[in-house]
Amino acid sequence: MTTDMSTGPTTTKADWTSDQEPRWCPGCGDYSILSAMQLLMPQLGARPENTVFVSGIGCAARFPYYMKTYGMHGIHGRAPALATGLATCRPDLDVWVVGGDGDILSIGGNHLLHALRRNVNIKILLFNNQIYGLTKGQYSPTSEIGKVTKSTPLGSVDEPLNPLSVALGAEATFVARTHDMDRTHMQDMFRRAWEHAGAAFVEVYQNCNVFNDGAFAEITKKDKRPSMLITLQHGEPIRFGAEGERGVIMNRSGELQLVDVADVGEENLLVHDERAETPSLAFALSRLSSGPFMPTPIGVFRAVEGPEYASQVSRQLAFAQDRSGPGDLAALLRSRATWEVA
Amino acid sequence: MTDTVTRQPAPRISEDLDRLVIRFAGDSGDGMQLTGDRFTSASALFGNDLATLPDFPAEIRAPAGTLHGVSAFQVQVASETVTTPGDAPTVLVAMNPAALRSELDRLEAGGTVIVNSDAFEERNLDKAGYTDDPLTDGTLDGYTTYLVPMTSLTKEVCKDLGVKPRDAERSKNFFALGVVSWLFDRPTQPTLDWIDVKFGKRPLVAAANAAAFKAGHAFGETTEMFQATYKVRPAELEPGTYTSINGNTALSWGLIAAAQQAKLPLFLASYPITPASDVLHELSGRKNFGVRTFQAEDEIAAACAAVGASFGGHIGVTTTSGPGLALKAETIGLALSIELPLLVIDIQRGGPSTGLPTKTEASDLNLALYGRHGEAPLPVVAAYSPSQCFFAAIEAVRIALKYRTPVILLSDGYLANGSEPWRLPDLEDLPDISVDFTTRFNDADEEGNPVFQPYKRDPQTLARPWAVPGTPDLMHRVGGLEKEDVTGNISYTPANHGLMTELRAAKVDGIAADIPPTMLDSDGPATVAVLSWGSVWGSVTSAVRRVRAGGPAVDHLHLTHLNPLHADLGDLLGRYRTVLVPEMNLGQLASIVRSRYLIDVKSITKVEGVPFTASEIAAAIAGAVDDD
Repeated sequence: MTTDMSTGPTTTKADWTSDQEPRWCPGCGDYSILSAMQLLMPQLGARPENTVFVSGIGCAARFPYYMKTYGMHGIHGRAPALATGLATCRPDLDVWVVGGDGDILSIGGNHLLHALRRNVNIKILLFNNQIYGLTKGQYSPTSEIGKVTKSTPLGSVDEPLNPLSVALGAEATFVARTHDMDRTHMQDMFRRAWEHAGAAFVEVYQNCNVFNDGAFAEITKKDKRPSMLITLQHGEPIRFGAEGERGVIMNRSGELQLVDVADVGEENLLVHDERAETPSLAFALSRLSSGPFMPTPIGVFRAVEGPEYASQVSRQLAFAQDRSGPGDLAALLRSRATWEVA
Repeated sequence: MTDTVTRQPAPRISEDLDRLVIRFAGDSGDGMQLTGDRFTSASALFGNDLATLPDFPAEIRAPAGTLHGVSAFQVQVASETVTTPGDAPTVLVAMNPAALRSELDRLEAGGTVIVNSDAFEERNLDKAGYTDDPLTDGTLDGYTTYLVPMTSLTKEVCKDLGVKPRDAERSKNFFALGVVSWLFDRPTQPTLDWIDVKFGKRPLVAAANAAAFKAGHAFGETTEMFQATYKVRPAELEPGTYTSINGNTALSWGLIAAAQQAKLPLFLASYPITPASDVLHELSGRKNFGVRTFQAEDEIAAACAAVGASFGGHIGVTTTSGPGLALKAETIGLALSIELPLLVIDIQRGGPSTGLPTKTEASDLNLALYGRHGEAPLPVVAAYSPSQCFFAAIEAVRIALKYRTPVILLSDGYLANGSEPWRLPDLEDLPDISVDFTTRFNDADEEGNPVFQPYKRDPQTLARPWAVPGTPDLMHRVGGLEKEDVTGNISYTPANHGLMTELRAAKVDGIAADIPPTMLDSDGPATVAVLSWGSVWGSVTSAVRRVRAGGPAVDHLHLTHLNPLHADLGDLLGRYRTVLVPEMNLGQLASIVRSRYLIDVKSITKVEGVPFTASEIAAAIAGAVDDD
């Protein structure tokens, strides 16, 4: 990436913590994500002055205020677009986007698609709590069907979006999922996103303890994790359970299926390949679970190399200068037919 | 008719004209814009002053031969200074019945009509809604009419070139151009050279077009149809090097110049929209100037990407037209709140909604001034002629950078596509508009430790410091929530919001001391004045000149800045008994002037998708003088 340990003195968490007191509700999952990030940054060797957090609107979007970096709290849904302009002009910066499910998938869904397919070098963290928090508890584009909220008193009838499927459908080159109860795993995912040259999309299951408390508890509570979280490891057979007794296979109709390892044999388990050229496997994995109440994969679903947007743009500028020479305004003004009046 | 080419030229009269207004009209597929453009270029190179008005439908290819598929191009060429494409055309070239039907009413009484008689067959007459043939039923009585079988003559001359008849027919616009080039004594070489360059890679097309052009010219010369040729002598223009330029190109080049004068890179983010797209096209081809262009997924993303670029220390620009400006409103509010430079260029077109995409209007003034929620004042600059778009772009960037504010620059469809000769400026004379980034702490905390305060303003400009990411120690956060004065921290304190609201307004108001005075064109004490903004400047300039030639003094005040208004405007307006405000809207500036200065100006409005003619304004002035 753009910075390494040699470019500046070592930083500590304090160097990444702004003087602004977080204004999230006590017990909000956002605190643990913020802390994970502030602790990770010194490990990465990133520099605060070269780091920018950009956000839209919502609880998650307050994140930049608490990082002692450059930051912009933008407008609802548009953080990927704001960040795209910044990252395109300033490839020397680490640009992060933070937003919630309403911000990034509803009002800003379009910008997410285009930032991902362009492969702009921005790291998009989707704090998914399956609810609107800051507007006080309406259903979100990731809320499950039947969700009873203030705006859906008889239950939501909207099919929810699967954020990872959306990202993969948009040709994202890096797609991962983590959750707010596991700092180490979050940091692993953030680190991988940071290291990725291009657009990275990380879904963070995040608990909203006020409006949707326990939405992910069935899979993220410590005692549930072994049986409910399927941790993806590149090149490893996909298995889970306290003893690794459960696993994933691709059945004869080409669909992924949860199995007992003892029933199919270890050698028949699906081996995870985050670098697969086509996103088919990652897409199938993104659809393995239909909600946070059944075994759900976390980890890096996809990490492939692709041409990064800003560097392509810079390359075209260099090419144009090579071909036509550096711009000469006086010559430009005379580039069409001219005539003299004496 | 083909043997006419071999006839000996008949003796002709050559008449001098001061000015000529010619309108080329045909089907969208007939190449009328190109024909008009070539006639214009040849005239420019010949040394005439001129102004053009392309007038085409929004559809790329409406059904051939229909009225709504008619595409027209009007140009005024003159031996004196002109500022409009002319009122009623003196010559109409009509390539088919639909063109004749839709355009004939515009022609001046007794004007000249040159028609492609081959196109006047039953099917085309039907499509145009003619029940009888207008060439023979008396429709053209009172006009000087020339019936020229352009299609068949073009096919004939292309026969031996090996061009398919269907392809040959496409060259008939060059035949028409040849005829008028002869009739109005235009030089032919520039057009032949242009054909060579433009169609160099398609030799057959080049040959057909050149042959058609020469044949048209020869037809004029040898047929006895035309009794006279007309000459419009070169205009006496200020000495210098000239080029022909339209508003969108001038605007694009102005942005490049602004970036050079600011010593900052230019970032243009846009979503395609008529009539603004040509700025995106032009700048996309100028990457060797270090210009980054970004075709965004929508208008909002375009504005946001430009804000992101400005945050990073580039000049963030987004171009659009009315519907897009509506979409960008929230982003402009953000830029205003976080006080970063942003240039939003609105090439106005007919509205509301999709409106008239290819027609001009100046009805976004209120949107530019007020189209945001909250108290959200921002500077508004308006271009007034095609070439002046160059300088308007520099001025708008200057204000955006110096005052860290979004600026809206208004152009319109007429300026965008209209062209005129432009005396190239001396680049040495362009202003230095560079600004300094903040790179050091600018304050101290209570213990005396150095700190950076992102909202500690420059006492003179009230601009806040611009510290870009990558600058050590100055890390800070900006956002759309209300900020505390000086520190920029989120603040919901009532008094602070009042203060910040007033500071933002005062910053913009203060720019009045940093812009030129009202443009005043006066030839003596006058009691009547015309107040204009935007492209109506051209029509008003012509009208005022015409009225003065007849007698009474009349002043012309023109606004290049709509917010803040020129500091001298109130005093100036107080001098007149009558102030006329012609606008291509229902009186938006008139309302502003009334409320601001309590002067009951007379609003003159036209919202028809075409500019005012000078005659319309001259008539209004004459009426005002009589009533005065």
